[in-house]
Amino acid sequence: MKKNTKNTRLRFATLLPLIVFLALFLFGINAGEPQRVLEQAWNICLDCIGIG
Amino acid sequence: MESLRKLTQVIATLLTNGYFLFPQTKNIYQGPLKLLCSPGLNCYSCPASTTYCPIGAIQQILLGVRFSFESGSYFFSSYVVGTIGLIGTLSGRITCGWLCPFGLLQELLYKIPIGKKLEVPYVLRYLKYFMLIAFVFLFPLLLTNDWGMGKPWFCKYVCPAGTLEAGIPMLLLQPDLRATLGFLFYNKLFWMFIFLIWSVVTSRPFCKTTCPLGAFYGAFNKISFIKLELVKANCTECGACAKVCPMGIQFNKDEGSAECIMCMRCMKEACQFGAIQLTYGGSSLSAQQRISKNNTV
Repeated sequence: MKKNTKNTRLRFATLLPLIVFLALFLFGINAGEPQRVLEQAWNICLDCIGIG
Repeated sequence: MESLRKLTQVIATLLTNGYFLFPQTKNIYQGPLKLLCSPGLNCYSCPASTTYCPIGAIQQILLGVRFSFESGSYFFSSYVVGTIGLIGTLSGRITCGWLCPFGLLQELLYKIPIGKKLEVPYVLRYLKYFMLIAFVFLFPLLLTNDWGMGKPWFCKYVCPAGTLEAGIPMLLLQPDLRATLGFLFYNKLFWMFIFLIWSVVTSRPFCKTTCPLGAFYGAFNKISFIKLELVKANCTECGACAKVCPMGIQFNKDEGSAECIMCMRCMKEACQFGAIQLTYGGSSLSAQQRISKNNTV
C-alpha cells in the first residue's frame, strides 16, 4: 500500500512538470518564439564568443 | 556499456556540429535545423553547429525582453525553457553523460595519464546554481543599459565552450574580427584554459562547478522518466559505485543526486549485487531484460 502511494506520488511529480513544460513549449510556438530563436542562431553572437 | 556511451557521445557531437562546409563559406550554418535545440552545451556561433544552444538562446531572449513586450511579442524564452524542461523531465541529467560535446572533451582530457588526480571541493558545486539563476536568467533580464538592453552574461564572461567552439574558429575564419580583440576575449580565453587544464587533473570540473545546463537538468534527476534507482535489499554498502563515478558521488548514499550524469558505470562496471537499476516510468529495465530473456528461452 505504502509503495503504491509512493509510486503514485512519483508519477505525479513527473507528470506535473511534464505538463507545465509542454504548455510552455506550446505557448512559445504559438507566440512565434521559434522564429526569433532561429533568427538569433543564424547570426554570429560576437558577445557570446568574446569578441565585440 | 562504456563503449556504447562513448560512441553515442561522438555521434551526438557530430550531429550537433555537422556543418562541414564552413571552411568554404567562412560563416556559421544558417539552415532550418537551427530551430532544433542542442541537448548539451554547444555554442550556436560555432561554425559547424547545426542546432541552437539553449543557454545562449535563453539569455538572448531575456536581454531584449522589454523590446519584445513593447512590440507586442510575448517572447520570454518559454519555447527554449519548455524544450529543455521536457528533456530534463524525460531523462534528467542523462544528456550530460551521453550527449554533451563539452562533457566528452573533458572526459578525453581526463584520460591523459598525469600524476595524481584531484577532486573538486564539494562547496564549489553550488556555483553552477548561481550561474543558472544569476548569469543566465537574472542578470540578462535585470542589468540593462540606458536603452533597456541586457547582456548574455554567461556567454559573454564565462562560457569556455563558446570560446573553444566559436571564438577561436571564427577568428581563424574571419581575420577581420581580430581587430576587435580585447579584454573580453582574453578573459574568456583564460577561463577556457583554466577548465581545459583542470579537466586533465579532475573529472568533469566544468560540469561539477559551472555548467548552468547541468544544474537545470540535475533538478529533475529524482523525478525524471528515465532514472537510476537503488535496490536497497541488494546493496551491501561496499562503496564500489563511488570508485568508478566520474562525478564523485556514492550512489547508495545519494540516490537521485543532482550530480549524477547517468553514465551507468556504477551499474554496469562496479556493482556486483544488482543494487542499481535503470528504470523508465517506474519499470525496471533489468527486469524487462530478464523477462525478454526468459521468453526467448
